Amino acid sequence: MLTLDLARRSLRNRLLPSILTVLSIAFSVALLVGIENIRNGLRASFTGTISGTDLIVGPQAGSIQLLLYSVFGMGSPTGNISAEAYEHFQNHPAVAWTIPYALGDSHRGYRVIGTTEDFYEHFRYRGGTPLALAQGDRARDAMDVVLGSEVAERLEYAPGDQIVVTHGMGAAGIMDHDDTPFEVVGILERTGTPVDRALYMTLEGIDAMHEGWEGGVPPAPPSFAPGGEGAAEDDYYAAPPTPPVETDEHERDHGHEHQHGETQTPAGAQDPSLHAHDHDHGGTQITSFFLGTTSRFEMLSLQREINEYRDEPLMAIAPGIALAEMWRSVGYAEDGLKIVSFFVVIVGLLGMLVSLYTALDARRREMAIFRALGAGPRRIIGLLVVESGFLALMGAVIGVALVYGSIFFFQGTVEARFGLLIPIRPLGSLEWLYLGSVVAAGFVLGLIPAAKAYRNTLTDGLSPRS
Amino acid sequence: MTNAEGSEFAPDGALTPAVELRQLRFGYRPGTPVLQVDSLVVPAGESVFLHGPSGSGKTTLLGIIAGVLKADRGEALVLGNDLTRLGGSDRDHLRGERLGYIFQMFNLIPYLSAFDNITLPCRMNSRRMKRLDGSLDVETRALARTLEIESLLGARPGELSVGQQQRVAAARALLGRPDLVVADEPTSALDADRREAFLGLLFESCREAGATLLFVSHDRSLESRFDRALSLPDVNRAPVAA
Repeated sequence: MLTLDLARRSLRNRLLPSILTVLSIAFSVALLVGIENIRNGLRASFTGTISGTDLIVGPQAGSIQLLLYSVFGMGSPTGNISAEAYEHFQNHPAVAWTIPYALGDSHRGYRVIGTTEDFYEHFRYRGGTPLALAQGDRARDAMDVVLGSEVAERLEYAPGDQIVVTHGMGAAGIMDHDDTPFEVVGILERTGTPVDRALYMTLEGIDAMHEGWEGGVPPAPPSFAPGGEGAAEDDYYAAPPTPPVETDEHERDHGHEHQHGETQTPAGAQDPSLHAHDHDHGGTQITSFFLGTTSRFEMLSLQREINEYRDEPLMAIAPGIALAEMWRSVGYAEDGLKIVSFFVVIVGLLGMLVSLYTALDARRREMAIFRALGAGPRRIIGLLVVESGFLALMGAVIGVALVYGSIFFFQGTVEARFGLLIPIRPLGSLEWLYLGSVVAAGFVLGLIPAAKAYRNTLTDGLSPRS
Repeated sequence: MTNAEGSEFAPDGALTPAVELRQLRFGYRPGTPVLQVDSLVVPAGESVFLHGPSGSGKTTLLGIIAGVLKADRGEALVLGNDLTRLGGSDRDHLRGERLGYIFQMFNLIPYLSAFDNITLPCRMNSRRMKRLDGSLDVETRALARTLEIESLLGARPGELSVGQQQRVAAARALLGRPDLVVADEPTSALDADRREAFLGLLFESCREAGATLLFVSHDRSLESRFDRALSLPDVNRAPVAA
């Protein structure tokens, strides 16, 4: 008790150097814990990109590729799923719901996804959060389009705006393209996932666009007013595809005539033989679909059944497993961060050692007085060790407080700016280990100046050479 | 002279000298002795002036008597205990319980108030605390009254004059009725008037506490006020260099 009291007063007596020492430890601890929190946030937001979906089904290809284009909006679909196959599994007894995804079109660099109302109904992200509309309504008609929050924000669209969705096919260098004005009917709430960076329309809307260039011949007459810009775009329905990001450049370079699809025509009415590039409109073609099972126990057998589906080479992946696998393979960067922050902590502790050590000479007189009053080595060493341990403890506490304070105050800003939600969560076992090590190191490092101080009092006797 | 109950150290009898050094040898490095004292006695209850100019081994001698340094050979009997046979921890305890020590200057812990400085030995050593007749607060105030520092108890050392600091140091050395008070040139930083006043208060307090006073100084003008005077250069046969 006395030692604690003396240590406290002694530290308060050297307030400024004590505060500086505490701050240097606090900042390094904050860096360590902060990185751990960001890492957790990243992982949570990564693995929370999709939740509640039991299987993602696509044409047979790499599972990472399927995950990338269907969940993250990166890369291109590897092929199509026929309407028959989709219907087969849609009506499968083990399947509770499905969300079809038809990819391949874009709008000013953002992906356009053709889907159904099942998307708004069943899509879940981050621990089962459903999608919600910030404004307007779901896309129900062929000409309706719903925007992800980032699309709406960046392109400054509001419900009621007319937008042009472009698609095209880049076969043999011939650029046919078709601009169809769609109307923004709704804007989704921000999710912090790739959902924000896409436009959603109905499968009929996707078909409507494509009908315009059936057989590579533009239909006449146009049923829609021409869009503002023509665009040539690669057709993702045909392999090999290229990313849609190039669209903007193409828009300016090509002054093609505009053709406009007859959107009211049912998709199935077209003659498949006329379709260019195997574009089969016998039913609505999709590139992948998400599904939820009626019972989780069905998942594995259903996955096997899809993978072994004889009519068409299909593949089903469990998103949770695939995401975890993918995170592991990109997780090396975080190890680098960890190593850096670990060294920052060491530097912080060395700073404490230096400041304790340099203060030691000024305290030789103090130590001699303690010795003269009957203080033994245990008291002298205890005093200095408690001081350094206390500095480390304060540093750790303030560092953690800094991190949680920052998360509390800047959580919204970070989420708005980077789409990364860093949740306020209790300290993980790894962080406790860090903090424990920092405090323990504080005590242990205190032993070095303490031992030196005690040696001083022995050689000094009771009159230090000060 | 109250001997604390349960003390493991030899009781302080009237016949036992407070300090008795016999055939004492000490050197910081082997082969270069700093102290060679064949005999030095400080009788109990007396005030003894030890004349020690700088370079006479004074600091070393006080270190040995206080039990911070350990003699290489010989006997160092302090309050009846041979310090050369006690372990470091026992010497620390003996010093904390039964010794009072006053430095030349800078006696006080800068971040403790005068009151906390005075009570520090009692708070560090429970046996010294037991030697108090009354409560810590009452005893401290009584002693402070004697030394005329009662109004300064709440002050930090930095707020006190050198003379006041030395009186606080004296109060700390005397609280808990130590058997032996060792004062290492406590008046050298004081002017002549202050010196007289301080000495008067120190004598009075030591008498009241029943403590033996070993007073070390290079200033022989103070010698006449003590019961007995010793000269360290006469006692120490080691060829000491400053």
